[in-house]
Amino acid sequence: MRKELRQLRRDRITFAMIVGIPIGQILLFGYAINTDVRNLKSAVANQANTHLSRQFIAELSETQVLDFRYAVDTPQELEKLLRSGRISVGVHIPVDFDRRTIDARRAAAHLLVDGADPTIVGIANQLAMMPVGFDTTRSNPMRSLEVRPYYNPERRTAVNIVPGLIGIILTLTMMLFTAVAIVRERERGNLELLINTPVSTAQLMIGKIVPYIAIGLLQLALIVGVGRLLFDVPLQGTMAELYIASSVFIAANLALGLFISTVAQTQFQAIQVTIFFLLPSILLSGFMFPFDGMPVFAQYLGEILPNTHFIRLTRGIMLRDASLIELGNELLVLAVITIIAMTGATLRFSRRLD
Amino acid sequence: MVTQSEFAIEARNLTKQFGELTAVNHLDLDVPRARIYGFLGPNGSGKSTTIRMLCGLLTPSEGRANVLGVDVPGDANKLKPKIGYMTQKFSLYGDLTVRENLDFIADVYMYSRTEKYSRIAELLDKYDLINQEHQFAGTMSGGQKQRLALACAVLHKPELLLLDEPTSAVDPKSRRDFWARLFELADQGTTILVSTHYMDEAERCHRLAILDHGVKVADGSPKDLQAATGMSIVEVLADDPYTAQVVIEKEPEVVSVTQLGIRLRVLIPVKFTNPLKIIVDSLARNGITASTEIVAASLEDVFVAVTQENNAMEPVN
Repeated sequence: MRKELRQLRRDRITFAMIVGIPIGQILLFGYAINTDVRNLKSAVANQANTHLSRQFIAELSETQVLDFRYAVDTPQELEKLLRSGRISVGVHIPVDFDRRTIDARRAAAHLLVDGADPTIVGIANQLAMMPVGFDTTRSNPMRSLEVRPYYNPERRTAVNIVPGLIGIILTLTMMLFTAVAIVRERERGNLELLINTPVSTAQLMIGKIVPYIAIGLLQLALIVGVGRLLFDVPLQGTMAELYIASSVFIAANLALGLFISTVAQTQFQAIQVTIFFLLPSILLSGFMFPFDGMPVFAQYLGEILPNTHFIRLTRGIMLRDASLIELGNELLVLAVITIIAMTGATLRFSRRLD
Repeated sequence: MVTQSEFAIEARNLTKQFGELTAVNHLDLDVPRARIYGFLGPNGSGKSTTIRMLCGLLTPSEGRANVLGVDVPGDANKLKPKIGYMTQKFSLYGDLTVRENLDFIADVYMYSRTEKYSRIAELLDKYDLINQEHQFAGTMSGGQKQRLALACAVLHKPELLLLDEPTSAVDPKSRRDFWARLFELADQGTTILVSTHYMDEAERCHRLAILDHGVKVADGSPKDLQAATGMSIVEVLADDPYTAQVVIEKEPEVVSVTQLGIRLRVLIPVKFTNPLKIIVDSLARNGITASTEIVAASLEDVFVAVTQENNAMEPVN
């Protein structure tokens, strides 16, 4: 037992993990788990443009549930924003808004909601109970807003989970593959021989990445296939778009794995670091909790995780039929992460033993 | 290119420190071309560290080396295509077959398809690996692994071969075969630097350096070294070698006593003019009967003599 503790003490990365994992993860959990979601990205199309409608928008804004980022003219433009993932809620105020507020049978306005995430639909439904107009004393509060969930009208969880799950599975498997790749060769002594040959570092790195991209794409086909067959998860966009997005994402994860591999001294350490990376990829990426609901600090952290961007891509492509051009920013971020991680790994990789 | 030096390796003042420990201490080295040059020394004497510095894997703390006209570690990348390196530990892929391993190494050295095919066929034949062609490298015997490792190290026909204790996991017959192959390579012009802790292997080298605690304590051909031990060797054949050893070790002139079977080899510095008398008298005083004679130094005697606690031995050269 004393031997175990002694060995543990000498393994600095493991020691850091013992302290780092609980503290880091509890902080992440604490910040991310927040069912009291606020500041959902939203837009408004105020076609009535009356005093009453403007006041109504101000009231909605005051609830702090919605954070109006855009003002557009037509509900079609709202749909476009929704599809590209730039907003999760769109408020459409029809021309006859003022008249509708006094008509109990008709909803005064429409809430266009990204139905992919059931949490957001739930929030929208709460919001719909908000009274409209000056008559706040009405004894029987009725739905003043009509909620229109897009993309997942049946509100099935699988529809939301499966696209995100692709990201989680690929993060885990791809990063593990390359995280242990170089460390393993170092442990087995293969590396000492390899770095004595004319093989360049770049060749070595590319050789470690390319085969796994193919494996990653195979995994992708499996998940999408099973998702469709068993859980009836839609694929609104094309398979080609999904494959392009996934290739970039897989490359990003492989590059990060390689970087881990140049830092870790043993395979065990490499696996620990990968797990350390995986947990925020689940919690802070918008996979489990709506991204907008997280505190700003956690959102910044989430933005540097490849999975955050990939989940936006898969949900966009699979559920909303968004085009890669509409989702171009996310692709760009993934590419940048890949390049940074690859450069880091190449620079850190020493062709010497000391 | 710089003018072809007669030496494949020239190192001056080469030093490597790991923290407090000085693994290699101000080492000068001249390795002639197309020769087998041996590094003899016990474990931890700095053999591996020196080899790694020479191929650019380790940065020297001090000093410099010129290997095949290339400064290391500065230009080590230029050196890589010209050297073959065999690590102490088997460093090929155990989960690949013999052919797959050779194939991989050939790809690493950018052999074309046809070149690769003929070179691998040649190597499989020459290194007696035809029957193991499709066997996983990890499941082979020590001797087979060693042949594969050598085949991979020479695949690209390097000018210089650096072998770090290549025969440590191999039976005597494989060792003999291995050395026959090394001589063949040297005949063809390859310079070979080989480290070992086996005396019989060291004896075969054209030239050798003895390392002890990172210091070169002797350098020369095995014959020269044997001639210049600076020791007289007295062989003692006693009925009770153990008691005889205890008695002889007490004599102040004696540097070391080694038991070989029933014989004792006693080393006495040459400055004592009558070594035989010292031993005979000592044995007589203690009532031990034994026959004694002066014999020629073996390489092992040289090794013992030069690594024996720094007893004012002049490094021979």
